[in-house]
Amino acid sequence: MDTFVQQLINGLTIGSIYALIALGYTMVYGILRLINFAHGDIYMVGAYAGFLLATQVFNSEPSIFAFVIVLLGSMLIAAIIGMAIERFAYRPVRKYSRMTTLITAIGMSLFIEYLFVFIFSGTPRSFPQLIPNDNYTIFGNATISTSQLLIFVVSILLMIALQYIIFYTKTGKAMRAVSFNLNSAKLMGINTNFVIAFTFALGSALAAAGGVLTAQYNPKIEPLMGIITGLKAFVAAVLGGIGNIPGAVLGGLLIGAAETLVVGYGSNIGIPSTYRDAVAFAILILVLLIRPAGLLGSNVQEKV
Amino acid sequence: MKNFFLAFTLIFSVLLSSACVDKGGTNNNGSTGDGAGDIKVGVYGDTTGATSSFGLSTKNGIQLAFDEINAAGGVNGRKLQMIFEDDQGTPEKAKTVISKLISQDKVVAVLGEVASSNSLAAAPVAQEAKIPMITPSSTNPKVTEVGDYISRVCFIDPFQGSVMAKFAANTLKAKTAAILGDNSSDYSKGLTQFFEQEFTKLGGTVITKQTYAQKDQDFKAQLTQMRDQKPDVIYVPGYYGEVGIIARQARELGMNQPLLGGDGWDSPELWKLGGAALKPAYISNHYSADNPAPEIQNFVKAYQAKFNTAPDSLAALAYDSAKVLADAIKRAGGTDSAKLKDAINQTKNFAGVTGTITLDASRNAVKSAVVLELNPAASKFDFKETIYPEGMTAPTTTPNTNAMTNTMSNANAMTNIIGNHGRGQ
Repeated sequence: MDTFVQQLINGLTIGSIYALIALGYTMVYGILRLINFAHGDIYMVGAYAGFLLATQVFNSEPSIFAFVIVLLGSMLIAAIIGMAIERFAYRPVRKYSRMTTLITAIGMSLFIEYLFVFIFSGTPRSFPQLIPNDNYTIFGNATISTSQLLIFVVSILLMIALQYIIFYTKTGKAMRAVSFNLNSAKLMGINTNFVIAFTFALGSALAAAGGVLTAQYNPKIEPLMGIITGLKAFVAAVLGGIGNIPGAVLGGLLIGAAETLVVGYGSNIGIPSTYRDAVAFAILILVLLIRPAGLLGSNVQEKV
Repeated sequence: MKNFFLAFTLIFSVLLSSACVDKGGTNNNGSTGDGAGDIKVGVYGDTTGATSSFGLSTKNGIQLAFDEINAAGGVNGRKLQMIFEDDQGTPEKAKTVISKLISQDKVVAVLGEVASSNSLAAAPVAQEAKIPMITPSSTNPKVTEVGDYISRVCFIDPFQGSVMAKFAANTLKAKTAAILGDNSSDYSKGLTQFFEQEFTKLGGTVITKQTYAQKDQDFKAQLTQMRDQKPDVIYVPGYYGEVGIIARQARELGMNQPLLGGDGWDSPELWKLGGAALKPAYISNHYSADNPAPEIQNFVKAYQAKFNTAPDSLAALAYDSAKVLADAIKRAGGTDSAKLKDAINQTKNFAGVTGTITLDASRNAVKSAVVLELNPAASKFDFKETIYPEGMTAPTTTPNTNAMTNTMSNANAMTNIIGNHGRGQ
């Protein structure tokens, strides 16, 4: 039982990160019907922004304050980069077919990855510890570390903030309107370009938060770290129902828990731990076969 | 919606399978680069990928050796010139760059790679083009099995795996072990197999074997699984990038067993990634920079002066591989590829920094290994003990491989034992 609880904690930790990234995929899809492939790389950009802030700009003793500054700083930087990508790569091709934008997104993703390889080289960098790491025993033998707690607390806070922005602010209302119908929203006097840019900023900031939180938990960052994590977050978004915000969170947690339990218990039923990634994608295929719209993705009204 | 996903899936599978297929023009006659002028030697390694400290050390080690040789007048009056290509640490790229080195740059020989998977991808290209390739530090037995143009100056994994198993069973008195291996690397898979064989033979039990894939971020699931079984030691035959994180996460889960590993841990980056979690931990390695023997200290000093960092074992092996190649060119009297290959394969009692190098019939070097204890406080590896191949006795004076010359009469016996190990799998 201890082991099961421990595995669940492990799984929900990475699941929370997937959820944070999946939110960005799902919001952009909700508004533009675009799979933003560069989104996984924004997660990486966020980690590097945090790394530069923590080592070059704000090099201080570990403290909660240092962590908050680095987290907010990298979210801001990523938001700006996300908006820039939208403005210079996606907006010019938005009027063409959806396939054009999709291919632009793939190109953007490769561009960011190899730009970072060029600038920082592929060497893994170690992210400084911003908060002293401790372990707390919570259930029998099951432990949780400070960095894991941080992941839970910060992602829950961010998700509450996101929910507030979408349902209780004017911009949020505009986002929901645009996701219903972009052209009608434009006719109603909504500045759709602003709303789209804002959505990219929100999604990118969440991904960057995921990047910094992961780097606290696992202090190794490298330019291609966003590929697999981004793909799994995308699977999480599809699993929950792409375009659906609670679905993205649910999907992220499920994928995280599923792959951890495969490693933990798969060997008992003949699935070696190497198949952890295969499981995420097998789930994607199953969901697409059985429920093409995802777990929560029926005709939900509040698509964003 | 459905069509859209179909299209996306198609695009993505194309993207994922865009492995670089570059056959290159490898139709050369095997006598290129002969004659006057500089002798071109191709070197390939990972200087920008996940194992980039390996490639950088290798490049530096070879550069140092070439500079020393050239300063002393070169080989047969000709200077050695290194042409380096980065393969980003992927087997596909390794194959592409070695084709480029051989067909475009017309190198007379190739030195590289470090990671066995990359050497295995590139070796067939060298073999087919009949260009000798010496890998400084790939330890998987399959690498030299590719053909007679492929050789190495390091020991192989059956020996390296058994060294750690012996150390665990005899010195640490471990009864049970857990293994956490990298399933995407031939190096790690080889070590896992040979460690288990020897540890079982010595009366120990491997109670659980778990795997991960390179670039995985989270290892707590595997470690949690191991924690319940309470192994005495945990063997992690991986590369430094993942190992540092594994050590951290193991300690976070309250697992304080000794961690054991191989030469794949040897990188200055390891200390930054793993920190204090890297204690207690031990690795098997090719040489110890602490060894007081003058030839080792001279090398360490020269390297330190040139590159401003201490040489790891990969730099030392690369240095040796370059010196072995230069020696072979001298003995072959030129760079004709068939003669050069024979000269390399006949290397005998060559005094290198990492020990005395003699290539056996399978073109593997037979050498002793050292066990090093990790000392994260000082960010260095402390010498612990030397373990010799079966049939080879410890010399009485220096605690290192260099004194091995005394025992060269045993070379044949050793060769047989290692050879049997190699064929065993």
